[in-house]
Amino acid sequence: MKKEFKIISKIIQNNKRVLDIGCGDGTLMEYLKFNQQNDVRGLEPQKDLVQKCIAKGLSVIEGDAEKELVQFPDKSFDYAVLSQTLQAFLFPEKVLKQLLRIGKQTIISIPNFGYWKVRLHLLFKGTMPITKNLPNEWYNTPNLHMCTIQDFVNFCKEKNIKIDRSLCLTNEKISEITNGNLLYKNIFSQLGIFLIK
Amino acid sequence: MNKEIKNIKKLIVNQSLELDCGKIIKNFPIAYETYGTLNKSKSNAILAFHALTGDQFVTNINPITKREGWWTTAVGPGKAIDTDKYFVICANVLGGCMGSFGPKEINPDTNELFGITFPVITIRDMVRAQIYLLEHLGIDKLLSVTGGSMGGMQVLQFASLYPNKTYSAIPIACSASHSAQNIALDELGRQAIMADPNWNNGNYFKTNLSPDKGLAVARMAAHITYLSKKSLQEKFGRKLQDKGSLKFNFDADFQIESYLRYQGAKFVDRFDANSYLYITRAMDYFDLEKQFNGNLSLAFKNTKSKFFIISFTSDWLYPTIENKEIVIALNACGANVGFVEINSDKGHDSFLLDVPEFLKTLSEFLNSIYKEINNEKRI
Repeated sequence: MKKEFKIISKIIQNNKRVLDIGCGDGTLMEYLKFNQQNDVRGLEPQKDLVQKCIAKGLSVIEGDAEKELVQFPDKSFDYAVLSQTLQAFLFPEKVLKQLLRIGKQTIISIPNFGYWKVRLHLLFKGTMPITKNLPNEWYNTPNLHMCTIQDFVNFCKEKNIKIDRSLCLTNEKISEITNGNLLYKNIFSQLGIFLIK
Repeated sequence: MNKEIKNIKKLIVNQSLELDCGKIIKNFPIAYETYGTLNKSKSNAILAFHALTGDQFVTNINPITKREGWWTTAVGPGKAIDTDKYFVICANVLGGCMGSFGPKEINPDTNELFGITFPVITIRDMVRAQIYLLEHLGIDKLLSVTGGSMGGMQVLQFASLYPNKTYSAIPIACSASHSAQNIALDELGRQAIMADPNWNNGNYFKTNLSPDKGLAVARMAAHITYLSKKSLQEKFGRKLQDKGSLKFNFDADFQIESYLRYQGAKFVDRFDANSYLYITRAMDYFDLEKQFNGNLSLAFKNTKSKFFIISFTSDWLYPTIENKEIVIALNACGANVGFVEINSDKGHDSFLLDVPEFLKTLSEFLNSIYKEINNEKRI
């Protein structure tokens, strides 16, 4: 399991209800279900991945978060989890609003467009950045709304979203983001992980 | 129509059952078949519900029609519903014509066949009748209930009525309430039967002339709705039947005409016209949402079962959107639900045909439930 999922699973307490949006092949769900006794559900747009999850005994529904999240009642999950997908939605703000409505808490991770390699790529090459975390060309990337860790923090402030925890990941190393180190973390982190409500 | 149905398994239910129409039936037969072996802990039983024109003979050769069982693609040794592993039960529905209590049975009060004096039955009646069979077989909790089309409706009704009687439920290509389009199509079939003078107000058994033409037309019309435009075009196109050119008459020039006529003719050999009226009526009356005052999620409020809903891309009779309404209702009440729409060009009939993606996912889901139950038992 990738480091990001290890961090997310540590944030999630045992025996809680979790909705994993864009759950992929169910790696995180499987871990939460069998190791932490979480009651997990998934939402995934790709049929083949849904079928993989079903085969693992995971309850996953095929569907697009931008259309499907409305069906879940308010606060019906302890955690709504969205891993590295916010930037791929047509209307990320609407999706985020739904997550905050459904989950008592929401865990969200974003690939950081403020990472120094990304900045240097654009600065020196003058083309849209391609990195390990952002491997696609501008014309075929699913990422429509890239943002930086700083952008996300600003957004939460503006929308009165409370950030309970903020973590960042750099070369498999995890650290806390604080008010004091935000500027620095925004340059040196590949991924931001936030627990919000 | 085969009038003699002997040597088939039948349970005579000697309790009384009050039907939704208010009538009470008692001492009624439920014809059924089982496949595979029930394990010691009685935890490997799957109840399969048949669709409109199905019967209890799910797989192998149907002893009455001498044709393959209706779900031979999915049920059998080593298949998705593996009879080496699971104990599969299927009952002929109330109102059916393969030995269960239906219009072809004798009314003990008059000593005549019921015909259309048989009470109008509902999906709920069908499901409640099958509970006696589970009691008879000594099964408290099923591994799964499954079925497509009307079988799927029975799955939903079962899960709603008996929230603790099954570990899982797999409604396939169905709906929680029959749409206006589907009621219209059923009415078309019923009118075709009733327009046949041989139908004789349902009393055709008195004249020995059966409404074969009407029933065949009903079947032909229905059969079209089970396929998709694409599959019809690919399979038949405008191909001519055993001829080089159009004949300028009303014989079956086109292969599709000939195919439909064959389907119609084949059907009347095995199905009772009055049963067709009763069972389509039961489907039309099915509205699980209405049973719960317009809130479908209340139907599943107490459910402990794990649901897996399956629809097919080319099914226009029970389209994905109707299947999804079930998913939405289940999510709204916090039930455990999975859903997938399978890619298939084969229309509504996809669930009966060899659609590998479907069979694979069905098999894997059941296997996951099987493992979960066995783990639970070990603890």
